[in-house]
Parts: sequence; C-alpha cells; structure tokens
Amino acid sequence: MAHSARRDSPELPDFSILKRLARDQLIYLLEQLPGKKDLFIEADLMSPLDRIANVSTLKQHEVDKLYKVEHKPVISTSDQLCFLIRPRIQTVKWICDVVNADKVPGKSRRYKIIFTPQKFYACEAVLEEQGIFGDVTIDEWPFYLLPLDDDIISLELPEFFQDNFLAGDQRWVRTAGSALHLLYSLYGPFSKVYGIGRCSKMAYESWREQVEEGEQKARQAEIGNVFLIDRDVDFVTPLCSQVVYEGLVDDIFRIKCGCVEFGPDVTSSDKSVKVMLNSQDKVFSEIRNEHFSNVFGFLSQKARNLQTAYDKRRGMDIKQMKAFVSEELKGLKQEHRLLSLHIGASESIMKKKTKQDFQELLKTEHLLLEGFEIRECISYIEEHINRQVSMVESLRLLCLLSITENGLLPKDYRSLKAQYLQSYGVDHLLTFSNLRQLGLLVEQQPGETLTVMESKVGKLVNDKTAGKLTDAFSSLAKKSNFRALSRKLNLVPKMDEEYDLRVPRDMAYIFSGAYIPLSCKLIEQVLERDGWMGLEEVTRLLNGHEFAVTGSSGVDSKGKNDTQRIILVMFLGGCTYSEISALRFLGREKGYKFIVVTTAITNSSRLLEALLGNHV
Amino acid sequence: MAFITASWNPLGDAFYRSTELYEMSWSLRDGLRDSLVAAFFMVRFQTSTPDLSPLSRPQLEIYSASGGAFASFPWKSGPVVQLGWTVSDELLCIQEDGTVLIYDLFGSFKRHFSMGQEVVQSQVLEAKVFHSPYGTGIAIVTSSSRFTLATNIDDLKLRRLPEVPGLQGKPSCWVVLTQDRQTKVLLSNGPELFILDNTSCTVVCPSGLSPQDGSIVHMSVSFSYKYLALLTDTGHLWTGLSTLQVSTLLLHIHLFNQLFTCLPRCRRPKSQQPSVVLMWDRLLLVVGVCNETIQYPIEDPCVLVGEMDGVRIISSSNQELLQEVPLVCQDIFKIASMAPGALLLEAHREYEKSSQKADEYLREIKEQSMLGEAVRQCVEAAGHEYDTNTQKSLMRAASFGKCFLTDFSPDQFVTTCRELRVLNAVRDSSVGLPLTHTQFKQLTLQVLIDRLVYRQFYPLAIEICRYLKIPDYQGVSRVLKHWASCKVQQKDLTDDAIARAVCVKVGDSPGVSYSDIAAKAYECGRAELAIKLLDFEARSGEQVPLLLKMKRSQLALSKAVESGDTDLVYTVVSYLKNEMNRGDFFMTLRNQPVALSLYRQFCKLQEQETLKDLYNQDDDHQELANYYVTASYREKRLEGRLSLLQSAVDEYNKAKNEFAVKATEDEMRLLRFQRKLDDEKGAGLLGLSLQVDTRGGTLLSLGLHKQAEQLYKDFRVPDKRYWWLKLKSLAEKEEWDELEKFSKSKKSPIGYLAFVEVCIKCNNKYEAKKYVSKVTPEQKVKAHLAVGDLEGAADAAIERRNEAEMGAVLSRCSPSNSLVIERLNRARAAIAKK
Repeated sequence: MAHSARRDSPELPDFSILKRLARDQLIYLLEQLPGKKDLFIEADLMSPLDRIANVSTLKQHEVDKLYKVEHKPVISTSDQLCFLIRPRIQTVKWICDVVNADKVPGKSRRYKIIFTPQKFYACEAVLEEQGIFGDVTIDEWPFYLLPLDDDIISLELPEFFQDNFLAGDQRWVRTAGSALHLLYSLYGPFSKVYGIGRCSKMAYESWREQVEEGEQKARQAEIGNVFLIDRDVDFVTPLCSQVVYEGLVDDIFRIKCGCVEFGPDVTSSDKSVKVMLNSQDKVFSEIRNEHFSNVFGFLSQKARNLQTAYDKRRGMDIKQMKAFVSEELKGLKQEHRLLSLHIGASESIMKKKTKQDFQELLKTEHLLLEGFEIRECISYIEEHINRQVSMVESLRLLCLLSITENGLLPKDYRSLKAQYLQSYGVDHLLTFSNLRQLGLLVEQQPGETLTVMESKVGKLVNDKTAGKLTDAFSSLAKKSNFRALSRKLNLVPKMDEEYDLRVPRDMAYIFSGAYIPLSCKLIEQVLERDGWMGLEEVTRLLNGHEFAVTGSSGVDSKGKNDTQRIILVMFLGGCTYSEISALRFLGREKGYKFIVVTTAITNSSRLLEALLGNHV
Repeated sequence: MAFITASWNPLGDAFYRSTELYEMSWSLRDGLRDSLVAAFFMVRFQTSTPDLSPLSRPQLEIYSASGGAFASFPWKSGPVVQLGWTVSDELLCIQEDGTVLIYDLFGSFKRHFSMGQEVVQSQVLEAKVFHSPYGTGIAIVTSSSRFTLATNIDDLKLRRLPEVPGLQGKPSCWVVLTQDRQTKVLLSNGPELFILDNTSCTVVCPSGLSPQDGSIVHMSVSFSYKYLALLTDTGHLWTGLSTLQVSTLLLHIHLFNQLFTCLPRCRRPKSQQPSVVLMWDRLLLVVGVCNETIQYPIEDPCVLVGEMDGVRIISSSNQELLQEVPLVCQDIFKIASMAPGALLLEAHREYEKSSQKADEYLREIKEQSMLGEAVRQCVEAAGHEYDTNTQKSLMRAASFGKCFLTDFSPDQFVTTCRELRVLNAVRDSSVGLPLTHTQFKQLTLQVLIDRLVYRQFYPLAIEICRYLKIPDYQGVSRVLKHWASCKVQQKDLTDDAIARAVCVKVGDSPGVSYSDIAAKAYECGRAELAIKLLDFEARSGEQVPLLLKMKRSQLALSKAVESGDTDLVYTVVSYLKNEMNRGDFFMTLRNQPVALSLYRQFCKLQEQETLKDLYNQDDDHQELANYYVTASYREKRLEGRLSLLQSAVDEYNKAKNEFAVKATEDEMRLLRFQRKLDDEKGAGLLGLSLQVDTRGGTLLSLGLHKQAEQLYKDFRVPDKRYWWLKLKSLAEKEEWDELEKFSKSKKSPIGYLAFVEVCIKCNNKYEAKKYVSKVTPEQKVKAHLAVGDLEGAADAAIERRNEAEMGAVLSRCSPSNSLVIERLNRARAAIAKK
C-alpha cells in the first residue's frame, strides 16, 4: 500500500497464550470426569472450540463421541455425559429433559455441565426447579476470549447485543468486565482507560471491582490504553454496506469465527472450501483492508508476479530446479491456491455487486449520509420494498434513513411501515416495535427538541415511575443526532474533489470516501486529545456516559514508548470488519497498533436479524 | 542470687520451683469447698454444687486467672455434671440430661446441643472435656455404663463406644486419650484396665504392673497425651507412656487418707522423664523417676491445673505455678555454677558495682570462647523468668556481653525483649493471663490476641498488634472487627452513636467487613443499626444477603442492582418471588428496571403467563399486545389465532397505537380471506407465511387473477406494487402473451423499464425488446443497455445529448464496437465544443 504511514508501529502482544490457557482449563475440567464420556457441544460453540482444541485433543482426554446440541433426545450409550454449553435457559431445559428421560427407565449416568464463559444463577434455578440439581455436576470454563487474528479478539457472544441493548438484560456486563480483567492480568496494567456508553461504564466498573478484589502484581505492561465503546453509540456504521474486501466477504459469504466457506461458484468446482481468513493468509492479508475497487488490480498484479515466479523454472538446470522445487514451489503452490480462491471470490462479489442496483444502493446510502435528496432516497426505498428485494436490506435502508434524519416524518413512517408489512409480512409489527425501542427506526416527535425530552425525563425521575423511565431514557439515548455529530466531527468529507481510493486520505476510504465511521472517529479524537476535553458537545449529543480514567498503576509517561501506542478497543455489542480496517488504517497513520476486542463480529444483516420479531 | 534458688527443691538431678502468680482478688465465702471448678488455661469458673434445696440456687461465677470477676449469675438450668472450657474460651456446662450449654466469658448464653437421645433416659454420670488437634471434645459415661464421644463440639458428630464387659455404673476411673489421630477412652473397673476405641473394647495390662498391686483408683494423662499415671488402691503409682508399654516408674507410696488429683507432667523435654504431682488434703507430693519426692504442705483445699510445662495450684487465696526449673535457669542460678551464662551475669553485676572483677569474669568466658553462648543463655533464661527484676538483670547482662561480640545476630535478643514486654503486659493481674514463655510460643501470637479479644481487652490487643508490627489484616483489623461486633451489642447507646463510633474507629481498615458487623447487630435485634452500618459497606454486593435476612427486600434489590452483578439481582428476585404476594412483587420490580428486564427475560423463556401478568400490572398495553401477537404465532388453529389477534387489537387500541391496530386487523382479515379461499378453491394457503404479497403472488401464480385483484383492492395495495407483482409472476411463469396484454391494460405505474429488466432477468431478450420502445426517454439508455443493444443505447444517449449517459454506454463498449465508440466520441466532442 502506498501509505505515508509511520513505519515504527509497535509489536503486538502474543495472544496465543489466551488459547493455551483456555485449552488447559478445558482439559482440566474434562479430567474432572474421568473415564470415557460423550461430549455435547452447543452449536455456536463448535467453531470457537475448534480453534482451541481439536478433536484429537478431546479424544486424548477420553471424550468418546462428540455431538452438537440439537434440542432433541439423545441417543448416546455412554454412561457419562458432558455438556459444554452457553448459560442459556433453553439449553439447560433441554438437559433437564435428557436427565429426566433417563430417570424413567432408571438409567443411571453421570452428567456434567460445563458453562462457558460462566454460569448464571437463572440456569441453576432451572436445574433446581426441574429437580435435577443434585444429579449433575456444574463447572465453569472461563473461556472469555478467542483470538481470531493477531489483532482481533472476540468474546463470541452475539447475544450480547440483543440481551443488553434490546432486552435491557445486563447479565453479560460482568462477563465483559471479566474478559477485560483477563486481558489486564495477562497484558496489563493499562495506563489509561477511556470509554463511552452506559454498558461500557458498567463493564469498566465491574472490571475495577475485580482488580480490587484480586492481588496486584507488578508486570511489564504490554497494552497501553484501553477504549471501551457501546454499539449503540454508533449504529450508522454497521448499517452501511461494506465495500472493503474483508467486510464484503463477510457481508456476502458470512465469515464465521474467522473462517469462511466458499461455495462452488467461487471454487469453480463442485465442492465448497473452508478457508481461514487471517494474517497467515499472505494474499488475504494484503487485500483485506483494501477498497474493493482496488482488489482486482492487486490480484491480477499478484497473479502476474506468481506467473513470473513460476516462469523462473524455464532455463533452470537440474540443480536449480531441485532447489526451486524444494524451497519455493510449495509456497508458490499455496499462494496459487489462495490467489485463485480470492479471485474466485472477487468475481463472485463482482457478479453480485457491480450490478446497477448495487451502485444505486450505494448512491442512496451516500445521499442519506450526506443528507441530500431525501425524497429521492425515500422513493428508492419504497421501490426497494415494493419489489421485495430483500427483507433485511429494506429494513437496513429504513433504519439508516431514520437515524440519519433523526426519525421519520409521521406520514412517511406510517406509509413505509405499511408497505413493508404488506411486502414482508404483518408479523414484522414486532420487528418495528423492537427497532423503535432501540431507536433505530422512529417517528419524529413533532416540535420536540432535545430540551423538551430532557425536561420530560427530569419529570419522570421525580415521579419515580421508573419502569417508564428506561423507555424514556432509551428513546432519549437513542435519539440520533447524526446530522449534528457529522458536522461537529466532520464525518462526511467534502465531495468537491475526487477521492482516490488507491491512496486513502482518511478512514472514509472504507466507505468509498463518503463517510468516516463515527466510532473510529471518536477513538481517534479521544486518543488525540488524551481524553474528552473539547468534545463536550459531541458527548452531549451522544447522551454522555463518557469517561477517562488514568490507571492506578501509575505508569509514568516515559515519553511515548511502544506500549503506550498499543491501544485496546473493546466494542460492546459487536463491531464490523470495516471498523477494524478503519482502525488499522488509523494505526498506520498515527503509529498506533490497535487490538480490537469485540463481543462478536457483526454486520448489518446480523445486527438486524437479531432484532427481527417474526421468529418465535 | 541466693534468694532465687531459695524456692528450688531438688528432685533427682532436677529442681522444682513454685512461683506465686497472683494473689487472688476474689473473695469467696466458702473457699473452694463444695465447688465445681473448671479451670482451663487462664480462666476459672466456679459454681456451688447443685444444691438440693430449692431455695438456694447454685451460683455460676466466672473469674479471670487473677481472680477478677467476669460474670456471676444464678444457675437456672438442670444439675451440672461437669464444666469445661473450649479452645476459643467458651464455657461448656454439661448437664445430667446430656445437654451441653455454651456460654461466653461474660456469662451470656450462646447455644446448646445434646449428647444424644440415649442420654435423656439414662443420666450422665461423669463427663470429661478434652482437647485434641481437632478442637474441643466431650466424653460422657451414662448410668447404663455406655460412653459417648464427640471429638469436636463445633462439628458435632456423636460416637457411641462399644459396651465394656462387666461394667456396672461408672468405672472407678477413666481418661480420654488421643493417639494416632484416634480418640480412645482408658478406663479401669476394679483390677481390670480397658481401652475403648470406636470399634472394640480391649483388656490391657500395663507392663510392670501386676494384678496383685490392687485395683486402679486414679489415673491421669499428661497435657500432651504422652504420659500416663495410674494409682492403685494399695498405693502403687505407675507412670509410663500412655501406650502402656514402657513403664518408667513404679513406686509404692504410703496412702494418706484421700487422694484428690494426680497429674503426670512432662519434665524436661529432652530427657522426657515424667514426674507426677499428687495432692492430698494437706499435702502436695511431687514424685520423680528417681523415686524421690518433694512434699509441699498446703493449707487450703486447692485445685490443680495441668499445663504443658507445669502445674498451676489454685487455692482460695493465691495461685502458684509449680514447674521444673528450666535447664538454662538451673545452669545460671545453680549455686556455684560455672556455666558461661552464670559468669556473664556475675560479670555484669561486678561491672555495675564498678569492680574490676567484671573483667576477670569476662576474660574467663572469653578464654573458653563461650561469650556468644553466655549471651544466648542469659536471653533464654530471661524468657523463663517470671519476676521482672530477674528478667531485667538477665537481659542487661546479655546486652553487656553483646558489646564484646562482633557479628552477633541481635534477633534473639530483640525478639525476646519484645515478647517479654507482651508477656509482662498480659500477666498483669488486671488482665490475668499467666503465660509462661514456652506456653506463649506454643500458643502463638494470633491465639494470644484472640484470647485478649475474647476478654474484651481491645486496646491492649491493638497495642500489642502495633507493637509487634503484625500486618493490619491479621492484627488490628481483626481486633477492630471483634470490637465492633461487641460494640453493637451495647444496649445503652443509641444507634447513631454506635454507628458513628464504629465508623470512626474502623474507618476503612482492610479486611473489616461492615456487613459482618451489621449481621451481628441484626442478631442482637438492632435492625436499624444494622442498616446504618451497611451503608458504610463499600461493596454493595456484600450488603444483599443480610438485607434479605432482615426482610428489607426493596433495599436489597436496589443494592443488588447497584452492584451490577445480575446473578445477585436474580437471587433477590427469586427470593422476593417466593416471599411476596404477586402484586407486591410486581410493584417492587416496577421500581427496578434492571431487575424487571432481567425477570422479563427469564419469563419469556420460562413462564409466558407470568409475563402477561407483568405487562397487565404495568398497564403496558403495547407490550401486552406484542405478547398476544407472539402467542398467536404459536397457535396452530385459526380460531385460536384470531382470538389472540383480537386480544392484541384490543390492547393496541388501549395503547392508542392505531397503526398497529390496523395492521393487526388486516392480518385477521387476511387470515379469514385465505380461509375462505381455501374452502372455496382448496388452494392450501393457510400454511403460508403472512404476507399480503406472497398470498397475492401465490394467487397469481395459481392463475387466480380475479381473486388476487380482489385481495389487492381489499387491502388497498398500491397500484405500483400490484403491477410489480403481476409482472414478476407472469414473467416467472413465462406467460409472455399475458404479460403483453397486461402491459397494455393501462399505462404502467411502474414505467416500462421494469418490464425490460424483469424480462432480462428471466432471460428473454426478445420479450424485453418489445418494451424498450415504451420506456420513457430518461430511461431509454438504460433500457437499451439492459437488452445489450449498444447501438440503440448510443443513439438514445446522443439524442439526449447527455454526457454521463454516453460515458455509461462507452464503459460497456468492448474494442469490437469501434463504430459505436467513434460515434459516441464524436458526439461528446460536439457537446464539449458547445
């Protein structure tokens, strides 16, 4: 990449310890149940588990058969069953059914439930209610963090988003705090912690509590500063179409736990191929952060280089040939394979995305972000709905419209909603109710300014009708002030000059130069100012909950040493690959290294699917 | 020096001395006569034997070792068989009926337990309190001659021992032994000796004691359970290891009238030779291995208390410690001793007198290069001395000797100095803990502080902690915690005063938990105080359990929420759910949004009905309606579904959500409509998802155009959408004629570009081209491009003189279309010229 980047980026800490730690803990737990046993694994734990311990490791520790939890009666013959699950009530109920079903014919087995990353009292309550509390042993596997790549760590908790932001259930906050504490105890002490959002603040407090309870050890810090951010601070960014390669791959093929399955249309054979997407993949690591328009050029260049490397064979004597085969050929073959896969993927993306509709879609998005020609946008969205292009896409555009416009006019709100319901089903009534609660799709309150809202909330506080208070708060919190924020932070670059996507100027390149992601801009600003000074107006618009705390460890500012420039950013509620790309760009520009910790990798479809109300 | 040895009595090659510890400050009316006395360690308890006369109740009195009164109260429970102290300074009163009552030092009742059901019928004849590594234990023998043991009263497990053959009533004498981690009872019945353990009863015979020597009437075991002494009715005294294997002494003594107590004691730890103290009415006899005896006359009835390194003799007027003179003291103080320590002491004495003899003595020690040893001896001896003056002179001598030594570690000196100060402080008669240095070492400082705390000598305890620099966590904080727990029980102070006092003293000392203190306050029935104290607790999570116990559930809930620990919140919620009636429970939740949403989440998965009630309670019609809608999805029968949806409509109405009302009503109409269709046409639509368009689409695809049109009219579906749908459905079914007809039915509200695109999508270029001409001029270029007609597109673009469109066409051109490119370029140039 032709960046004027600083070359002195510090080294990232080694996160493979996290994997080793988790594996050792799991093995310890498995050995607590000696003898052959069958292991039932929660479906969405399969992939994360695979990254930690493969099947042969499990077999070494006397795991006989592996099953996926499917909420069906079990057919295992083993007399020891071990369940590795998330602390979800549905799964626990299923286990209760399994145990109770065994009780009928008087079959006696040993049961062990391993909750990860922690157990909840509610789960134990269910066990107790169903009368099997004494029949099972319960353990916790503190598997909080899964490193997906050198700089991405995931909690793999997609439900964090809807539980915390939609249902207002704060049970995962402590989990987030514990995850942070784990990082702190391995790579801390942190010199400064910044954050914004209610959940961030709570997670921070939970972490502080754990720090105070535990013993302090003086260590060499490997992480400098920490930034915590709630997903609901910035909903715009995840709702935009991703156009950076990694984001696009995620949008189209869905990257699962750092791994993607390319179908026959990509592999140009009749088989699907699973590919790990991380910095180990030499081809991918070079294109992942690129705007899609550059990817093809890059790949063809790469292909030419590869050809040249292959061509070296010609005119070689036997000895040279031998060296070539033993040293280079394997690497070239590997590269060849990857290259052909990525070219296949790009073609497939091109097929889908370079069509007229995609261009128009992007244009509409950009107009929404800029706030121009809203009428045209609305009619585009109407057509989108009428043509039933895609349920989630339509919803995404509606939400984007609402957030950027600070709510829809009542007339539009009604008509768009009515059309949507007719197009995609009346059961989406509940979806709209969810979206309204989150503030993603709201009606403009006629003549209601922020101050009016505030006084209303103030009154409610006095009235102590606190049940309603949350609603009021959330609608206030969710009241998007995107336009004002965009002006304050200069999120939408001026369009008068051509934006060269090959040589990005700023983080806006991840959205074709149309928009700098709010979340990343906030991080940039806070790091630059070393706090929230001067951003008072911005935080007011974002409804506050910001904080900046200097670590107790009192790491003196030894200039800007390497550690100080390693920044851990924790997204509570998920982050997108585009945001990660933007942060990587920012890091290169400013000489930072960002480590992204997220509750899960998200994108617009995952975000909205979590809010659909038509599933029971 | 002479006067130190004055109280020494030789026994074999050892000396015994008796030191007066205290003059008892009590005034006992009848002396110790008719009293049941339990003196464990330093404290003594005294009661008159239970009197048969109902008029005079027995009195229970608790004194410190120096005779200072702690408590005194009339005994109101049943007859007491035995008194004893636990390791944590609690008083055990074992009653005849097997009940054991536990009091603290200040005579307040703590708890009670029973020694088993069997005892209730047959009385306890005798009981013994014993101490083992497991804690304090109790052994009883009942009138049915059965023994019951409890090795640790804090973890009560009663063990009934096997029957002893031939035993009637109580045995003539018995002791409890702890050997090899087992607790056994050794008992004698006439001439026979038995060992009773968990499973069996074995007859044993101590080596060297023949049956002719008579039956055993007394036995006693040493403090460490290592040595045993047996006394027969013929006056034979047998001592040996408690394993009964090695006898070390067999002695015939003339029996005086009555023997009270005998206590074998471990003598010098190194030689491990025991001696026995026997006490008669007027005589105390120390018997050593060497068959020698020392006799002490006594005037008053006394009580003997065995210690690890001596015997305390408590009479009504004073208390003495009888012990073997420690070896090091013997070395120093023995007349004409030439031990280095003795010489050093002498040297220092001369030095103080400014005599040059000091130098001679020093020189003598130095010549043997024993100065270091001399200092060590003096320091060690000082530790064993009870008299402060002797301690001082020894320490001074040591410090004097130290001056002439280089490289001598001062540790021992410093530690002993400190410890002596502490010991002297606690030995003071106002405190009354007559500890020897050896005992102190065995006891450890921690326990000593505990003991002080039990006696409520808080300032002294804190002083000692600070003086000895014990970390706050183990020292001062612990004392403060006890102090605070005690403070909250003071009935004469107001809640405010106590809370303030506690806060000022305790502050935020590490390791002091305000919730523990508050729990104590609550135990004493001071709920208000407890709440005040809880406010000082920094960790809100800690406050919750107590608040729940105090039934301050609302407060508990808000504290739990504050703590941010959802598990805690949930614990409180589920507790409240069981405690309160439903209405109150919901009201409580209403004020705690966090708890409410947590509970809602739970209900959504576990108790759907409760969820409904919750919304009902809140008058949250919107959510209630949503609930009905969700429920309707689960309902398979149409009627059920409709009725649920009707409920939803009602609720939406109440919530004034007109839009939702209409949407739901539409849904109901749709359901009815398709039901009708199903009945009429058998279209099998009911299983389909609830989309107007899908329905319509299906109808169209089934060729039911009329019904479809009806549907759209009914639901006021915009024309545009109807057109889109019909267009798509026709194209998908490739009914191209039908499509053409449709396109001509009236002017298309969606334009004709859509027709082109849909046809292309269905891969029918031919049909697509039909509609290109109908497309509006603005979209012509697009339409031409869509069908792949570059020339047409170019024509249209040039006609419209639109540069952007020309560009779009150009970008689609391949080099083979050179003609088109040329034309376009020309046209562009022409526009540019203008």
